[in-house]
Amino acid sequence: MREITIPISDETIRDLKVGEPVLLSGVMMTGRDAVHKWMNDTFIKKTRQPVGDDLEVYEAIKPILDGGVLYHCGPVVAGVETGEYKFVAAGPTTSIREEPYQADVMKHFNLKGVIGKGGMGSKTLQGCQETPAVYFHAIGGAASLIAQCVRRVIAVHKLDFGVPEAMWVIEVKDFPVVVTMDANGNSQHMVVDAQSQKVLEELLAKA
Amino acid sequence: MQDLTQQILELVRRTSTDLPADIENKLRASLAQEEPGSAAHGALETILKNVALARKNSTPICQDTGTPLFYVHYPEGTSTRKLRRMIQDAVIAATKKNYLRPNSVDAITGKNTGDNTGDEHYPTIHFEEVDEDQPLTIELMLKGGGCENVGAQYKLPNVGMHAGRDLAGVRKVVLDAVYQAQGKGCAPGVLGIAIGGDRGSSYLASKETLLSKIGDENPNPELAAMEQQITEEANQMGIGPMGFGGKTTVLDTKIKGLHRLPASYFVSVSYMCWAYRRRKMTVQGDEVRYD
Repeated sequence: MREITIPISDETIRDLKVGEPVLLSGVMMTGRDAVHKWMNDTFIKKTRQPVGDDLEVYEAIKPILDGGVLYHCGPVVAGVETGEYKFVAAGPTTSIREEPYQADVMKHFNLKGVIGKGGMGSKTLQGCQETPAVYFHAIGGAASLIAQCVRRVIAVHKLDFGVPEAMWVIEVKDFPVVVTMDANGNSQHMVVDAQSQKVLEELLAKA
Repeated sequence: MQDLTQQILELVRRTSTDLPADIENKLRASLAQEEPGSAAHGALETILKNVALARKNSTPICQDTGTPLFYVHYPEGTSTRKLRRMIQDAVIAATKKNYLRPNSVDAITGKNTGDNTGDEHYPTIHFEEVDEDQPLTIELMLKGGGCENVGAQYKLPNVGMHAGRDLAGVRKVVLDAVYQAQGKGCAPGVLGIAIGGDRGSSYLASKETLLSKIGDENPNPELAAMEQQITEEANQMGIGPMGFGGKTTVLDTKIKGLHRLPASYFVSVSYMCWAYRRRKMTVQGDEVRYD
């Protein structure tokens, strides 16, 4: 199985193909609904002014995301009261909710990958080609197992978004994923969708 | 009445961390059906490893510990007000112990309450009175957002799918719901289906069907046959675990009929992910049993 260390080069990304299992190691960051909206509104579309620590957080996350990986995950974290954070359960969340933002976020921060589950749509697939980047699929619900790959929590930003929605900067070792959307325009999700649609049509034509 | 907060906390711990045997066995049987070396096989292997690890370490199977849905059957004369308080306290304690993720956010502001408290509907508690000589039972289901989001409600007839107001029509829209869900509800899933009712009662009943075990036989033979047919046909679609492609898309189907208005024919589909977390506690005198 291919082992990849973050940050990832464009060359490595373009070489990854749909269906390929990968073990990821290095520093990555979690981000889901609130984070994508915050990034989009404040720094990409700029429909709202930065307030509070927005600019400070933006400067802190830029180097992590440049050549890096964003993980769609709302973890269960121990030690929130003491600040001695430990990931307890940390599987992927459904990615398609970020479809309106993902391609822009990839390009803006020069992301090389996002990790999630369920796959994403055509706008993100095009974003993968242009950036370049890939979509890594983790196993949905495998939360205790994936939490064991998280070696340490380095920082947390925007904890006021709530534990699941905050940006957790984590170091991972051998995080198991499968490439399901590559930087060459291929999507396993589109293939399965088309095949299952064909079967559905046959089934609906019966009786 | 006795304070059951600690016992309910234990119910939450078991539900979040210990997948029931009927589901695990079904997942194991599904693994044997998939091609070794395929992505589907790998996904199921990872799922089963995770189930064992969560049980061993007493950590959540899935980080999305979902909406806590409590179904309480209480003997006549029991205070439901006190029971509600105990359930809320147990949920707060379970959140502190990381059996539950803080999952309750204000609908408008998005602010997380931090401890899984909320308005009167969070956590969700259904109360049903039973005779006074019957035991108190509390069932808990944890249903994550990913699978809740792929649930669907149809109104028959549906012209586009040529689905009429009969079981043949029900079959068509349910298969459509499985196709629409793809892997997004964490396939392989279980389908809870209610036919009839109003929009609200129909969705509620579709969830309640999920309280029964995998393989429990439907007492209505016509519905039992339809359940089997839908499961088989859904699996022909080849969506597979996580939507990777494969033979296992749906583990089981459960159907219930509700009386309806002559004018309305709703079909409600609640999709339950593979992390099908449900447990039951029975209180008889001082004794508490967990299933």
